[in-house]
Amino acid sequence: MPLNIGCTARPGKSRDNRTGSWRVFYPVFVKDKCTGCGICTLICPEGCIEVKGEKEYVPDLNYCKGCGLCAEECPGDAIMMEKEEK
Amino acid sequence: MVDKTLELFECGHRACGGCGASSAVRMILKGAGEDTIVVSPTGCLEVFSTPYPETAWKVPWIHSLFENASAVASGIEASLKRQGRKEKVVVIGGDGATVDIGMLCLSGAFERNHDITYICYDNEAYMNTGIQRSGATPFDASTTTSPAGSCSMGNKHQKKDIPAILAAHGAPYVATATMAYPTDLMKKVETAVNTPGACYIQVHAPCCTGWGFDGSKTIEVGKLAVETGLWVNYEMIDGVVKKAKKVKRKPVEDYLSVQKRFRHLFKPQKNDEEIAKVQAIADRNAEKFGIDL
Ligand SMILES: Cc1ncc(C[n+]2csc(CCOP(=O)(O)OP(=O)(O)O)c2C)c(N)n1
Ligand code: SF4
Ligand SMILES: [Mg+2]
Repeated sequence: MPLNIGCTARPGKSRDNRTGSWRVFYPVFVKDKCTGCGICTLICPEGCIEVKGEKEYVPDLNYCKGCGLCAEECPGDAIMMEKEEK
Repeated sequence: MVDKTLELFECGHRACGGCGASSAVRMILKGAGEDTIVVSPTGCLEVFSTPYPETAWKVPWIHSLFENASAVASGIEASLKRQGRKEKVVVIGGDGATVDIGMLCLSGAFERNHDITYICYDNEAYMNTGIQRSGATPFDASTTTSPAGSCSMGNKHQKKDIPAILAAHGAPYVATATMAYPTDLMKKVETAVNTPGACYIQVHAPCCTGWGFDGSKTIEVGKLAVETGLWVNYEMIDGVVKKAKKVKRKPVEDYLSVQKRFRHLFKPQKNDEEIAKVQAIADRNAEKFGIDL
């Protein structure tokens, strides 16, 4: 690929790279246990947990690497890590 | 006011799962806001966020050399000033780039007191090239250039005190923070970018790969650093320490024992004499900053 001076990339073009394929465990969100604190969306290293409504946090599995940080930090223990079947 | 919903760092970047630095960068950008121009020297952040033609950044971003991020930021700030523009200029660089390689340019930028904010994400070694020790590597940590073994207990030097060095340049605002306390971090970034002059924040950013712990434990490890007194969160206004976070201190063992870089302190048997040296560092921190509850 030729690299010219002044080459630019579209902001946020990293979305082309689906890091979800790295995953070994995936997060399951249990709405009943959610306290609605939003810590998961704030700390997610991918920034891939969307707020869809009150106590409705939805991870984008195209990008979630399955690190489990959200599950570890959730004060309501509302996030479970399950093994991917591949 | 910090807008927590602002997303300026996109999915698809290639940081390790659970990387403290990538989580920190999202928080930093929320604190800085969208009218921000970011400069990054070489390091994990630069590599995982911008494999050309991809970029995770949604703010203008420029990659400097390893050693000159502060000089590049100084030039951008001078140009913006000349044009009457108001964007914030923020450097986000690793500890190697900050405390060792970029020290000369960093000192120059703080001497000239450019209106920039320099943020060091401190993962305590040169991670992107394979975990070599830096001036920010803590005492006794095993790295590939300070390996623990029969003749060595790991890194024999103490962490360089860059916040104090930059405060001594006359910096109006110097702070330490950690990605384990997001609200505090975002607030400090907001304060720094809105303080005229050269400001500095050093952010503790646990690295699961380089420190040897599971990526799900990044925040737990970050909190333990604060709770043991090995990392102190404080703000320095015009060179005077204000607001150091107080803690009911835990023994340093609680922090050391969960990371493979300190494994030699516990195996083949526990080395109480060596752990006492690390405890002494925490005790000194506690006395210096008055953090004990
Ligand atoms: C002048 C120069 N020397 C060495 C390198 C190789 N190099 C690239 S990244 C890196 C490590 C960066 O360490 P740090 O700043 O702590 O960031 P981290 O990777 O730990 O996030 C090194 C040594 C380089 N790019 N340029
Ligand atoms: S090596 Fe460490 S700092 Fe670098 S991307 Fe991995 S976890 Fe993050
Ligand atoms: Mg580093």
